[in-house]
Amino acid sequence: MKNTLAISAVIFTVGFVTIPVVWSDDDDHWEGMEEYKHQSTGVAAVTNTVYREECGSCHMAYSPGLLPANSWMKMMSGLENHFGDNAELDAGTEKSITDLLLANSADRSDYRRARKFSRSIQLNDTPLRISETPYFRHEHDEIPNRMVTGNPEVKSFSHCNACHTRAEQGSFNEHDIRIPGYGRWDD
Amino acid sequence: MKAPYLIFVVLVSTHINSVLADNTTINSLLQSYAAKGATEVNAEQGQYLWQKTYPANGEFSQRSCASCHTEKLTAPGKHVKTNKPIEPMAPSVNSQRLTDQKKIEKWFKRNCKWTMGRECTAQEKADFLVYLYK
Ligand code: HEC
Ligand code: HEC
Ligand code: HEC
Repeated sequence: MKNTLAISAVIFTVGFVTIPVVWSDDDDHWEGMEEYKHQSTGVAAVTNTVYREECGSCHMAYSPGLLPANSWMKMMSGLENHFGDNAELDAGTEKSITDLLLANSADRSDYRRARKFSRSIQLNDTPLRISETPYFRHEHDEIPNRMVTGNPEVKSFSHCNACHTRAEQGSFNEHDIRIPGYGRWDD
Repeated sequence: MKAPYLIFVVLVSTHINSVLADNTTINSLLQSYAAKGATEVNAEQGQYLWQKTYPANGEFSQRSCASCHTEKLTAPGKHVKTNKPIEPMAPSVNSQRLTDQKKIEKWFKRNCKWTMGRECTAQEKADFLVYLYK
């Protein structure tokens, strides 16, 4: 009798602990009730040639749909010291790129994926890195360091296109993931 | 002591108004540098500045133009931080290179500040330019 009780207590505890884990793995956790025009796994691809040239010379051109407007505004006001690099622009170009980013930012995008990025961010938080947003962390928390920082062909999570072969087209679909040196990602 | 040095200078330096008349982009940039005080242009000085390392605070404590572009102008480079490949700098293997004044000035400004901690002088830019173009 005593033993049965102990076992069911264990089962109960384990069950209780696993429920939130299963739930937080469910993508719906990041969604609201709204309908989005684009139900795909992607964000809008970058087509603007000025943006591609100016913001795609040192790294892939990140889609504006990967960060909310506040974050882009903050980033654009400090391009002279941009993650330790100098990305400064003349005033005219800076203005036109800021306008483009704000009009297509994660919180204004009608791509479902983009909204997940913006929804995961606390109201009073203004992250400058996509790779530091809660939604990003949530999607990447199972990937061991040796595949990222310990991987000379990746170096950091900032380099989306090192693993997401179609990141530049705005697609983060699991079928397009190849981790250099490790190959396809299978859950 | 002074004489060999003088000869050396005469051999490798050219007056800024008499170089590379076959390229309008380069010429007009060189003229604008001359207007800002550059006098002799010297490709070897450009090469020296390109390969020289400059101390810096922060993630990369020894910086040089070659950190991202490599010392071999005909070879592709790679951004030290982001890993992104950079096309070769030499116009002889990459016809897109050094074709747009605004672009050249933009990158001189950024890359001099990052590498050397300050903007380049007109003289330094003139030397870089003839070294890269030659
Ligand atoms: C001169 C080079 C350079 C230019 C030009 C540049 N960046 Fe960056 N950017 C960097 C570097 C270096 C990093 C840090 C990468 C790292 O940590 O690996 C970075 C990081 C970023 C990140 C964060 C990535 C992440 O989630 O970790 C964003 C977003 C970004 N840049 C956007 C832009 C935008 C928008 C522009 C155009 C206005 C731009 N960049 C132009 C060099 C540049
Ligand atoms: C080291 C390789 C790697 C890098 C770098 C990387 N990712 Fe990922 N990403 C993955 C893997 C693997 C998954 C799938 C994780 C899983 O299913 O457990 C994933 C999943 C995702 C997902 C969810 C896809 C889906 O179908 O649910 C998004 C969105 C995403 N990544 C965006 C990004 C962005 C944006 C960047 C750059 C700022 C980036 N990733 C950088 C490997 C990477
Ligand atoms: C941190 C990396 C990095 C360093 C260091 C660096 N550059 Fe660059 N440079 C770049 C990138 C990225 C580009 C733009 C990408 C491209 O044009 O392929 C560029 C472009 C240029 C261009 C424009 C070429 C053209 O076709 O218009 C010139 C000129 C240039 N760099 C000169 C220099 C000089 C001079 C130094 C040293 C004082 C230097 N760079 C150091 C990354 C770097």
